[in-house]
Amino acid sequence: MQNKIAINKLNVFFGKEQALKDISFDVKNNEILTVIGPANSGKSTLLLAINRMIDRVSNAKVYGEIVIDGEQVSGIRDVENLRRKIGMVYAMPIPLPMSIRDNILFGARMKRMLKKKEENEMVESTLRASFLWDEVKDRLDSSGMKLSGGQQQRLCISRTLAVKPDVIMFDEPCSGLDPISTAKVEDAMKELKRDHAIILVTNNTKQAARVGDRTAFLLMGELVEIDDTNKIFTAPSRKKTEEYITGKFG
Amino acid sequence: MSTTSAVCALVFVIGFVLAGGFSHISWGFLTEPILDMGREGGILPAIVGTLLMVMVAVGIAAPLGIASAIYLSEYTVEGKLTQAIRFGINCLAGVPSIIFGLFGFILFVVMLGFGWSILSGGLSLAAMILPTIIRTAEEALRSVPSSYRDVAASLGGTRWQVVTRSVLPYALPGILTGVILGIGRSIEETAVVIFTAGSAVQMPTSLFDSARTMSVHFYILAREGISNDNAYATAAVLICTILVINITAYSLMHRLMRGRKTA
Repeated sequence: MQNKIAINKLNVFFGKEQALKDISFDVKNNEILTVIGPANSGKSTLLLAINRMIDRVSNAKVYGEIVIDGEQVSGIRDVENLRRKIGMVYAMPIPLPMSIRDNILFGARMKRMLKKKEENEMVESTLRASFLWDEVKDRLDSSGMKLSGGQQQRLCISRTLAVKPDVIMFDEPCSGLDPISTAKVEDAMKELKRDHAIILVTNNTKQAARVGDRTAFLLMGELVEIDDTNKIFTAPSRKKTEEYITGKFG
Repeated sequence: MSTTSAVCALVFVIGFVLAGGFSHISWGFLTEPILDMGREGGILPAIVGTLLMVMVAVGIAAPLGIASAIYLSEYTVEGKLTQAIRFGINCLAGVPSIIFGLFGFILFVVMLGFGWSILSGGLSLAAMILPTIIRTAEEALRSVPSSYRDVAASLGGTRWQVVTRSVLPYALPGILTGVILGIGRSIEETAVVIFTAGSAVQMPTSLFDSARTMSVHFYILAREGISNDNAYATAAVLICTILVINITAYSLMHRLMRGRKTA
C-alpha cells in the first residue's frame, strides 16, 4: 500500500508546553489507522497539525515535517484546498442549524456554485456512503438538528464527504453515541477506506481493535508504539502499551 | 415587582403624551409645512428631516460598526491592541451627547465646511451610536458557538466564508438589535442635532440643507412656549414613529429567523 501521509519528527508546542514530541509515522492509502491513548496525550493536536487547523490556535508552534502526496503541509499556500483534501469529523456531532440538504452541501458550496442536479446526486451519494440515506431520504428539507445523535454524526460524515477528501480524520466520533449508532459509524468507516485513507482517534480501545488496520499508541505526547492492530492487541512490544490496552491505566 | 413598575412607568409616559397629543393630530398636521415657527401648520419638514438624518446616521454607523465588531471578534487575537480599542469604545459609549454635538459642530460644521446640515447632523449622530452598535454586534458574534467556525474552516472555508456563512447568519438578530437601539437613540436625540443640523423650519431639499428633527421641533415648541398643543402632538407622532420602527424591525427579524428554521 502506498503512503498517503508521512510525518517526520513532528513537534508541537502550545506556548511553552510541548504537546507532541518527535512523532514520526506514515498513513497509507486504504487503511484505517487508529490512534489510541489517554486524554491529553496529543491525539487531537496531531489531527489539528495535519490539516493545519492548528493555524487558528494563536500560541501554537509546529516543527518537523508533515508530507501529504509528496507535498510539505507547512509550505502549502492554499490551505483551504488542503482542508478539503483532509476531511475532519469532530467528537460531538455539529450539525449546523439548517436543513439536512443544506448541511451536506455547506462545504461543497463554499468551493463553487453547484447545479441542482449535481446537488441532488451529491446529497444522495454522500448519505448512502454514511448509511443514512434510507433513514432521511423523505425529509431532506427538515432541520439537521432534529436528527438523533447517531444520525447527526453520520450527517457530519456525509457533509465531510461532500467536499471529496482523500483522507478522513475522525476525532473520537463515537464518544457520545450508543452501541448501535457506533456500529453504524464503524460500518461506514470500513466502507470508506476503499477510497480513502482514514485516521481514527479514539478513547475506546475496543473500537480500535474492531476497525483499525494499524494502531498507534500515544502517551503524553510521545508515540510509544505503532504496529498492526492485531499485534498491538495481542503482543505489544512495549510494556506501557500492554498496560494501557489491558486497562491498567488510562 | 420591578418589571411591573417599569411597564407601568412606560405605559404612563406613553399614555400621558398620547392623550395630550392625539386630539391635535390631523392629516394636515402630518402633511403641511411648519408655519409661524410652529404655531400653525404641520410638521412635515420635521418628519422628513428626522427620517433623513436617521438614515444618514444609521447608513454610516451600521456598516462601520458591524465591520469593527467582525474585526474585533473574528480577525484579531485578544491582546493589548484589542483591549485598547475596546476601552476606547466603552469610553465613547459613556460620552454625553452634548459633547458629540460640540465635536460635530467643530469638525463637520466648521472645519469641513458642511455647515448646519442634515449631513453634519447625521455624521455626528453616527459617531454617537457607533459604540452601541459595535458592542452589541460583538456580543452577538461572540455568542455564536466556536464549533460552527471550526466546521466551516475544516470544510475548506476561507476566513471570510467562515464569517459570512457560519457566523453572521446566527449573529444577525443580535446585531439588528444593536442597530435598532441606534435608530432609537438618534431619533430621540436633541443636543447633537441642535448643534450640528440647526433648526430650520423649511423643507430640506438636499443633505446640505439645515433641518430640524421632530425632537428638536418639540423641544423648541415647548421651551419657547410657542404652542403646547403642537408640542404634545409632535411628541405623539415621535413616539408612534419609534414604535412603528421597533415593531417593523422586530417582526422582520422574526420572519428572518422563522425562514431559517424551515430552510
